Amino acid sequence: MKPDELRNLAQKEDELRKSYRYRINVCCSSGCMPFGALKVLSAFKDAVKESGVEEECYVARTGCIGTCSIAPAVLVEPGDYLYQNVTPEKAKEIVKEHIVNNRPVKSMLYGNEAYFKKQLRIVLRNAGKIDPLRIEDYIAVGGYYALLKALTRMTPEGVIEEVALSGLKGRGGAGFLTGLKWRYVARATGSPKYVIANLDEGDPGVFANRTLAEADPHAIIEGMTIAAYAVGASKGYIYVRSEYPLAVETLKKAIEAAKSMGLLGEKIFETAFSFDIELRLGAGAFVAGEETAILASIEGRRAMPRPRPPYPAQSGLWGKPTLINNVETLANIPVILLKGSEWFSSIGTKNCTGTKCFSLTGKVNNPGLIEVPMGITLREVVFEIGGGVPPGRRFKAVQVGGPSGGFLPEQLLDLPIDYESLTKAGAIMGSGGIVVLDDTSCMVDTAKFFTEFCVDESCGKCTPCRAGLYKLYKILDGFTQGEGDIQDLDKVEDLCEFIKEASLCGLGQTAPNPTLTTLKYFRDEYVSHIVEKKCPAGKCFKDGGGAGS
Amino acid sequence: MSKTVELTIDGKKVAAKEGDNILKVARENNIYIPALCYLEGVSSLGGCRVCVVEIRGSPKVFASCVTPVAEGMEVITDSERLRRYRKWAIELLLAERPHVCSVCVANGNCELQQLATELGVDHLRVDRKWTNYELDLTHERFAYDPNRCILCTRCIRVCDEVEGVHAIDLMLRGKNSKVIFDLDDKWGFAESCTSCGKCSAVCPVGALYVKGKPLSEVKKKELVSFVMSRRSEKTIG
Amino acid sequence: MAKVRLATVWLSGCSGCHMSFLDQDEKLLELAGEIELVYSPIADVKNFPENVDITLVEGAVGNEEQLELLKRIRKNTKILVALGDCAVNGNVTALRNSLNNSVEEVLKKAYVENATLKQNTPTHVPRLLKKALALNEAVKVDFYVPGCPPSANLINYVLNELLEGRTPALEGRFKYG
Repeated sequence: MKPDELRNLAQKEDELRKSYRYRINVCCSSGCMPFGALKVLSAFKDAVKESGVEEECYVARTGCIGTCSIAPAVLVEPGDYLYQNVTPEKAKEIVKEHIVNNRPVKSMLYGNEAYFKKQLRIVLRNAGKIDPLRIEDYIAVGGYYALLKALTRMTPEGVIEEVALSGLKGRGGAGFLTGLKWRYVARATGSPKYVIANLDEGDPGVFANRTLAEADPHAIIEGMTIAAYAVGASKGYIYVRSEYPLAVETLKKAIEAAKSMGLLGEKIFETAFSFDIELRLGAGAFVAGEETAILASIEGRRAMPRPRPPYPAQSGLWGKPTLINNVETLANIPVILLKGSEWFSSIGTKNCTGTKCFSLTGKVNNPGLIEVPMGITLREVVFEIGGGVPPGRRFKAVQVGGPSGGFLPEQLLDLPIDYESLTKAGAIMGSGGIVVLDDTSCMVDTAKFFTEFCVDESCGKCTPCRAGLYKLYKILDGFTQGEGDIQDLDKVEDLCEFIKEASLCGLGQTAPNPTLTTLKYFRDEYVSHIVEKKCPAGKCFKDGGGAGS
Repeated sequence: MSKTVELTIDGKKVAAKEGDNILKVARENNIYIPALCYLEGVSSLGGCRVCVVEIRGSPKVFASCVTPVAEGMEVITDSERLRRYRKWAIELLLAERPHVCSVCVANGNCELQQLATELGVDHLRVDRKWTNYELDLTHERFAYDPNRCILCTRCIRVCDEVEGVHAIDLMLRGKNSKVIFDLDDKWGFAESCTSCGKCSAVCPVGALYVKGKPLSEVKKKELVSFVMSRRSEKTIG
Repeated sequence: MAKVRLATVWLSGCSGCHMSFLDQDEKLLELAGEIELVYSPIADVKNFPENVDITLVEGAVGNEEQLELLKRIRKNTKILVALGDCAVNGNVTALRNSLNNSVEEVLKKAYVENATLKQNTPTHVPRLLKKALALNEAVKVDFYVPGCPPSANLINYVLNELLEGRTPALEGRFKYG
C-alpha cells in the first residue's frame, strides 16, 4: 500500500460513514454473545431493512462496549445512546422509535452515567465503535496513520524517544518502562530480531486483553509493527490463549486483512521496512504468560520460565534479541505517536502515565471492562464506576492484580492506582483484574482458593513454588476445617516469605500475596477460624460453621 | 577470549571468567555454597533454590547457579535469611514425597540427606505427602522409584546434553510433575535409552539407581567425575 | 539438688532407638547420677507420671492408644524430645500412609496378603489411626533427634545439653536413616 492509498481509503470510508445518519453498534464480544448478541444483530439488520432506512442507518457488528452487566449492549451513534439487555423484539422497537421517528427509547437506555464519567478510553478508543473484522473501519478512524508517520517521518530512534518520553510502562503487570525496553532490544546485537505480543491472559476473571483483541485487533497489529520498526525486528508473534477462540479468529482475519492491504509484509508503505506477524496459540497454562515461558512455548518446548538474565532483549527467541510487550501496551503506541508523548504523559500521574484497563468483577453492581486514568483511587473504581456492592451487603475487600493480587481493605480504598502504591500495599497491577468482595466472603477461604489456583498452575520447576505453595494450600485448607493453632500463622508468614523471595519467576513471587494481605488486613478472621473454630462469613467448616464443628 | 571480571565473594577478592555463574566461581575458589540441582558440566536449572545468595545492593536473593558474575559484584553466601530459605527448600523437598532414608538405597550417599544434616533440617514443619508411584524395575540394570525423585532434572540434562539422547523428560506440571522415559514408557521399554547409566550416576538421591547394589558400593561422586571426563573427551574429540 | 525426672517412651517403632539409648554404655552411669528414670519400657511403671522434666519418645503415633498417651505425655512433660526418625517424621512406620490411607487396606496387606499362617486381621487391639503420625503432627515437640537410630553419642550429647540447660545444636551432628 502506498501512503496515498491509505489516505484515500480513509477519506472514502469517512464519507461513507458520514452518509449514514445513524450507526447502530451491536456488541458481539464474548461477553454479549452468550446473551444472544448475534440474534440481536440480525434483528437490527432485518428491522432496518423492513423500515426502509437502510440508506440512513448502518448496523455494525462491533467488539465490547464495556458494560458487561447489561448484555447484550447496543450503542447508537450519534449521541452514544447505550441500550441495555437488548432482545430481537427490543431491536425492532429501537429501530422504529429511535431511527425512524428520531425518538430514543428512554425506557431501554442504560441510565448509569457514573459508570462512564470517570473512565478514559485510550486503549479501548475504538472498542464497540468499529467492526473489528473490517480493516476499513479501523482506517476510517485514523488507523495505520501512526505507522505511516513512523515509517515515513520518524527514525527508529525517534520512535523510541517518543515512547520513552510518554512514560508508558508495560501493562502486563511488572510496569517496566516501555521505551527503555525497546531501547535495549534496539541496541542488542543479533539478527533477526523478534517482537512478541503477549495475549496469554490466563487469570480467572480477567478479560481485558481478550476484549481488546476482539474489539480492535488492528490497534495491536499497528502497535506491534511500529515496535518492530523501532527495534529493528522483522518477524512478530502474537501469543494468544487457545481458550480465546473469538480473539484468535478475529486476530487471524485482521492479520490476513493487513497482509492483503500491504500493511504487513514486504516494503510497507514503499519503505525498506518489512514485517510479518504469525499467531501462536498457547495451550492452557497460566505460567505460559511469563515472558521466558512464552519463548519456550513458541520454540516448541515446555512452557517453563527460565532465570533472567539473560533477558529476552539480549537473548530471546532462538537466542535472538526479542521484544515482548503486552497487547495493551502495544495498543497505546499508535495514539502516542499521533497525539504525542506530551499529551500522553499529561494523563495519569507523574510517575505513572496513561490509562489502565481493568476487568471489574465480583460483588459489584456494575461489572465490566473499564479503562481509567492512572492515579484514580480504588474507591472511585469500586463505588463510582462499579456502583458499590449489591444492596444490603457490606464492602469487605478488593483484590487487585489477578489471582496473585493482594486483598485490600476499606481503609486502603483511597489508594491511587499506580504500580508503586499497589505494590507497597501488597497488591499488584498484574493483569488488571479487580475483584470486589462483600461480607459474604470468607478471607481465609478466598486466600485458599487463589493459592489453590497457583498450585495448579505452578510449572514445577522451582521448589518454593511447586512444593511450597502446595504446603501453604494444605495449611490454609486445614484452617478452613478447624485445624491448626495460632502459632501456625507465623509459620505461614515465614513460608510465604520464602516463596515470594526465592521463587524463580513472577508466578511464585506473587502467589503468596492473597495470603499475606489477608493475614495483614484480616488477621481476625484467621484467629476466629483457628481459635474459636468459627467462620465469620459462614463459608468454612463442613457443616456450615459454628463452634465445635 | 572471554573477558575476566573481578568480584568479591564473602569479602574475598576473586577473578572469574565473564559469563560464568557465581556457584562455579565460588567452588573454584574453595568457597562453599550448598547446592542440589546444580551439576557441573551440564546446563544450570536454578530449580532447587538451595544455592541462593545475596548480592550487595539488591534486596533479592539469587540462585547462584544461574546468576552470572559481574564486575565489582559483592556476593554474600551466608546470612540468617539465606540459612532460613535453604532450610525451607530442603524441608519442602523432604516433605514433597516419602523420603525414608532408612530403607533407601542412597542412605549415606544422598545429597538431600546430607544437606538436611548440614543445614540442620531436623524436623518438618509441614505435612508429608505420601505419594504412591509405582516402582519401575523393568530395566535389566537400573531401577526408578519416582517416590524418591526431587525433580532436580539432573538425569534429564545429562541424558540430553552429555549422552545426547534425551530419553528422559518431565510430564505434567507443578506438584504432579514426573520424570519419565520416552513418552511415559516403562524404562525397560524406552527405545531411545542407551542404558549408559549416566542418569543414575548423577541422581543426587535414590530415585534412579543400579539394581542390586547399595550406593555405598557405587560411589556416586566417582561416577559423576567419570561421566564428566567422558564429556571433556567428547568435547576435545 | 533434685534429680531431673526423665521418661522414655516406645510408640510405633522398632525399639532401635532405645537400644541406641542403652548403647551409651558407661555414660549411662554418669547420667544416672543426674537423672531419675520415672517411666520407660525398661522400668516397670504402669502409668505415665506427672511432673516429668524430659521425655524421649521413640516411634511414630500409630494407633488411638498411642495418641492418647502422647497427649498425656505432652501435658505432663516440660521438654518433649522426638527420638529417632519414626518420631521425627514417621519413617518406616509411616510407609503405610502411601496405601491410599485406608486402615483396612493396611491390615489386609499385613495380616492377610503377606501372612502365611492364620490369615485374618487382628481385632482385640487398639484401633489404627488413618495415618501414622510424626509426633509433631499430633502435639508440640520441643527437640528433635533424627536418625534410624540416632547414635548413642548424639543421644548423649542432646541429653547432656538439656541437663546443662542449653539448646542442643543439631546442625551437622545428626543423620536421617
